[in-house]
Amino acid sequence: MAATVTSRVAGRFGPYGGRYVPETLVAALDELEHAYAEAQTDPDFHLKLDSLLRDYAGRPTPLYFAPRLTESLGGAKIYLKREDLLHTGAHKINNCLGQALLAVRMGKKRIIAETGAGQHGVATATVCALFGLDCVVYMGEEDMRRQELNVYRMRMLGAEVRGVSSGSRTLKDAINEAMRDWVTNVRTTHYLLGSVLGAHPYPTMVRDFHRVIGREARVQILEKENRLPTAIIACVGGGSNAIGAFYEFIPDKDVRLIGVEAGGRGSALGEHAARFSGGSPGVLQGTYSYVLQDDNGQIALTHSVSAGLDYASIGPEHAALHDSGRAEYTSATDTEALDATLRLARTEGIIPALESAHAVAECLRLAPSLTPRDILLVNISGRGDKDMGILARELHLSGA
Amino acid sequence: MPIRFASKPGLVAYITVGDPDLATTHNIAIAAIDAGADVLELGVPFSDPLADGPVIQRASERAVKNGTRLHDVLALAAALRLERPQTGLIIFTYYNPVLRFGLENFCAAAEQAGVDGVLVTDMIVEEAGDYLAALHRHRLAPIFLAAPTSPDDRLERICAASQGFVYAISRLGITGTRASLESDAEQLVRRLRRFTKLPIAVGFGISNPEQFAAVGEFADAAAIGSALVATIEQAGPKDAPSSIARFISGLRGGIREPAVPAR
Repeated sequence: MAATVTSRVAGRFGPYGGRYVPETLVAALDELEHAYAEAQTDPDFHLKLDSLLRDYAGRPTPLYFAPRLTESLGGAKIYLKREDLLHTGAHKINNCLGQALLAVRMGKKRIIAETGAGQHGVATATVCALFGLDCVVYMGEEDMRRQELNVYRMRMLGAEVRGVSSGSRTLKDAINEAMRDWVTNVRTTHYLLGSVLGAHPYPTMVRDFHRVIGREARVQILEKENRLPTAIIACVGGGSNAIGAFYEFIPDKDVRLIGVEAGGRGSALGEHAARFSGGSPGVLQGTYSYVLQDDNGQIALTHSVSAGLDYASIGPEHAALHDSGRAEYTSATDTEALDATLRLARTEGIIPALESAHAVAECLRLAPSLTPRDILLVNISGRGDKDMGILARELHLSGA
Repeated sequence: MPIRFASKPGLVAYITVGDPDLATTHNIAIAAIDAGADVLELGVPFSDPLADGPVIQRASERAVKNGTRLHDVLALAAALRLERPQTGLIIFTYYNPVLRFGLENFCAAAEQAGVDGVLVTDMIVEEAGDYLAALHRHRLAPIFLAAPTSPDDRLERICAASQGFVYAISRLGITGTRASLESDAEQLVRRLRRFTKLPIAVGFGISNPEQFAAVGEFADAAAIGSALVATIEQAGPKDAPSSIARFISGLRGGIREPAVPAR
């Protein structure tokens, strides 16, 4: 008689999520899950994390009313949540500080990470310097080329950046390589995954470390406007800044939650990273979610001008929010994102990361159709310094 | 079900289907069986083989590039089943191609093809409810990996869910050959014996007759993958089948001669 095995439900968002990994990693995922659960009930952990977020990272971040952008669009009032003002220049530091504290609790002295745009890699290298941990960051060679500045920042901070030359040489391939490292060095190494992706407990844990975005924004908008926003808009690669911005508002049914994927340069498979319009449910890199794939289940190549959105799958909680209709997902093209970057720079003096510019692009489309009674809250997840090379080329800034 | 190990130690041979091409894979498979492989693992190429080292990554990439599909792997299994009825046939895959094919459709097609068992690299027992039910409906043996990092309670569940044999990973890490086997393997096999009477195959990193014999001292079978795939890569399409036959015969120290072809 064959024994029956009960399917576990931990780490599921509707049918999505779960844990699809080589057996070697399960013990480490269990260890992490337990360490995280313990930390959550430990006041000392929260005290340490809150103090680091405040004194080191620069929280709370402002919620800024954007008057000239609002006026120029002639519709909804636009507020920007300024995650770009955080130390290292993006929301990624929220999660890195949390996971670094966990790594120290677990006695792991070596940290590995993947990075796409380099913002998570920089944040990881930063916390490793802060806590005296060894740091190896995997990065696709294509991303190393287009986000060169962040490669230097990581090296400056003492991290080893390992280029990945397989596949499309972008984020997905960097995650494969990081998982191969982890499966080999799992006893001494913590994998500091940078988005709400991968096997349980990562999607839940990383979300929790970013919930502070929405928690602050909710208090701030109530202080300023005494009402909740009409919609919250955030870009979605893996989806960590979006879930962080959305999460506290999920029970507020009147608040629209809008995720913006990378529309790239066309709707054919391989030309974009719009998982909900072009993908279907599947398993990639440890989790069950929407995946861009071909008819044979091979993962498709993706394209986006922004390295941080250039990924074939999406966090499983977003898949559940999509299916339930609680959140809406749309996309912005490379061109729209570039235009939005320029528009925000020229109206408000803020250069957003190309990733965040996808959220701004949706705001530009939506705001004119709304009334001045409406409020749009746009999460500016990172700043655009890292993209100056691409922007100089695409927007002809060389002045010649 | 013909998952059985005729000799001691038994030999489980992994090949990536479609590398370098389907016709050559067929000839390699026959050569491997006739040289003494008890069980054949037919590897489904996948775009993102995150548990594999560079050798199988390259093979997988070549096979994906030339268009090898799960359909083709099942068709190859059906052909091999007819030609070599006594050999254990395992589909070795990542989960996504199976999901895309449809779990139920896949199991039905595998049963139809005469496949004996399935090993999904990124399937663990906690997630295996629907998966096991589908395999059981179609009389396919679920084969799970056991790792040196798996605590005893997991090994017990892995053994309870497995049929055919249990695949013990010799060491931490990805697939690929190593100069020496770590002592992890023997200890893991000893721990597994407490929970199962199934044969135990040890894999990951076995590449030469000494290692093969050493594994035979404590396990029922050795699984060889990257060493075979590397041999295929080096030999080229024309010589790959004969190179594989020589390699496998060599593992047994030449004791077992390649069988005379059936016709």
